[in-house]
Amino acid sequence: MALTVPQLLGPSLREQLSGTSRRQRRETVVKTALRASAALSILISVLIVLSLVREAWTFVSQVEWATLLDDGWFPRRGLYDVRTLVVGSLIVAAIAMAVAAPLGLGAAVFLAEYAPPRLRRMLKPILEVLAGIPSVVLGFFALTWISTEIVQRVQDDAPQSNLMAAGIGVGILTIPLIASISEDAMRSVPSALREASYGMGARKLTTTVRVVIPAAVSGLVAAFIVAISRAIGETMVVFIAAGATGGSLYTHDPFEPGQTMTAAMAAQAAGTDAVRGAALTFQSLFFVGLLLFLITLALNVAADRVVRRVRQKY
Amino acid sequence: MGVLATIGDGRVTRDVVARRLRGGKRDASGTAFRAVLLAALVVTLAVLAVLLVDVWTGGWSVLSTRFGDFINGTLSSRANRAGVFQGIRGSFWIAMFTIVLAFPLGIGAAIYLEEYAPNTRFSRIVDINIRNLAGVPSVVYGILGFAIFVKALGGFTGGRTVMAAGITLAILVLPIVIITSAEAIRAVPDNLREAGFGVGATRWEVIRHHVLPYAAPGILTGTVLSLARALGEAAPLILVGATTDFLGGGKGSLVDIGQLTDRFTALPIVITTWAGRPQVEFRALTSAAIVVLLAVVLLFNAAAILLRNRYEKKRR
Repeated sequence: MALTVPQLLGPSLREQLSGTSRRQRRETVVKTALRASAALSILISVLIVLSLVREAWTFVSQVEWATLLDDGWFPRRGLYDVRTLVVGSLIVAAIAMAVAAPLGLGAAVFLAEYAPPRLRRMLKPILEVLAGIPSVVLGFFALTWISTEIVQRVQDDAPQSNLMAAGIGVGILTIPLIASISEDAMRSVPSALREASYGMGARKLTTTVRVVIPAAVSGLVAAFIVAISRAIGETMVVFIAAGATGGSLYTHDPFEPGQTMTAAMAAQAAGTDAVRGAALTFQSLFFVGLLLFLITLALNVAADRVVRRVRQKY
Repeated sequence: MGVLATIGDGRVTRDVVARRLRGGKRDASGTAFRAVLLAALVVTLAVLAVLLVDVWTGGWSVLSTRFGDFINGTLSSRANRAGVFQGIRGSFWIAMFTIVLAFPLGIGAAIYLEEYAPNTRFSRIVDINIRNLAGVPSVVYGILGFAIFVKALGGFTGGRTVMAAGITLAILVLPIVIITSAEAIRAVPDNLREAGFGVGATRWEVIRHHVLPYAAPGILTGTVLSLARALGEAAPLILVGATTDFLGGGKGSLVDIGQLTDRFTALPIVITTWAGRPQVEFRALTSAAIVVLLAVVLLFNAAAILLRNRYEKKRR
């Protein structure tokens, strides 16, 4: 609305600026609606916790504790050895980190410190493509290619479905995550630090290893923790490539089929028409879900803490 | 971009000085270090290349001989007749739910957090909460979907239907939409807002006419990426009860609203099911279905990346 000069100068100026009641009403409505959509996220969290805790509590209160540490994870037969799943998740996460940490960090250091700007602009989108590949695709790739071309060449009596192939697949999935967080961390190290190092006559190698990486260490540690959390939470790669969808005996041999917390949940839900079986089969799904939720939450909070506590203010 | 410019401009001087200081000796360990770093990057890119080539060559026999048939066909236990139409249909509806639910709610929440929320306890809790939600494993969202949208609200969604799945995935990507949109809104310079307030615009008018248009490319990038994420997600769908086996009901058109309360499947689920079959023919089918899925997902990703790069360049 265009205002004439007399109007602007007149006593109505304040009224003009404060708006009509219609405008103010709209303002209130919009604000309430936006506030509601922000509050929705809290509702979602509450619902997640509620839906996990209710059935998980039924499981915990009714299960015979002996079956929690007995003979493997076969929920349909009433055997709920949680160790099998937790150890399976740890093995997969460890293999994944052994693959992703050196590759992701190496790629990040190269992109942040060594790559000429133009090369960097070309390579980053390619890494982002890798980040966009759905996990079912990597699951299939792990089962058909990684397992036969890599794992079975190293260990020729390994079955096609094994934890090693799944772990490598999960690792490939987390490379872009580690690379992008670490690269951001190193690029936010002020160049004054690098210049000071060069000014002392330090080489590029010394500058990178002794100055830039220590300065960025909070970001790097956070990247690893987030990646571990992601690896533990990853479902489809393990579900497709690690076998043992009907249940698994306790194993800590990565060249055997096995199961993780996530894959066990998917296997149970995918099994038959309904999630059924022995008395507590259905509830065990929620128990494992709650365990998984708590572990990943703890890791994410830890990552956040690291960033907050160790971060240096430049 | 100060870092880049300094390194870029300072490179020559720095190297000359460094060489002098070393007394002209070759920097062997430095060169080796650089080679190791480059190797990490090359290995990563090689894995990506092998994956793409492997899937493409694996699916070629299906895609080259009966592409239309494969796209339009329904799930079948006979490999020579099986197709992915029902999977595409399910994924299409999941995308629709994401667009209709997650985008407005996510952008709305981001606007509130960035533009309205004073630094109160409420806004800090919401902020921490959203970051934690983004780290919750997708399979846990499947439990949420199962308990709430399949069981508790089963009367509304019809139980294990594409509607329940769509709402679940919309909730799954909501934190991503909020975080990326909030970043885009935060990047809008303050003087734009101050100018708006200065001429008497209300807060919402400033947001509507100045902040949102400026932040639009960034918001769009985030939403497109989250859409790609929703399309590739499988684990929550299994929990919500996607049909992993034969799906009755045959074809039906893509956009028929009536099927929202029918049993469903989706492209990633089709891939999972076929990957579990031992026969060689199904391996080719799986690869072909992956090519279809990747074509969609990577197209979205590429669009988002291009969009972002273009606007980043323009703004500078």
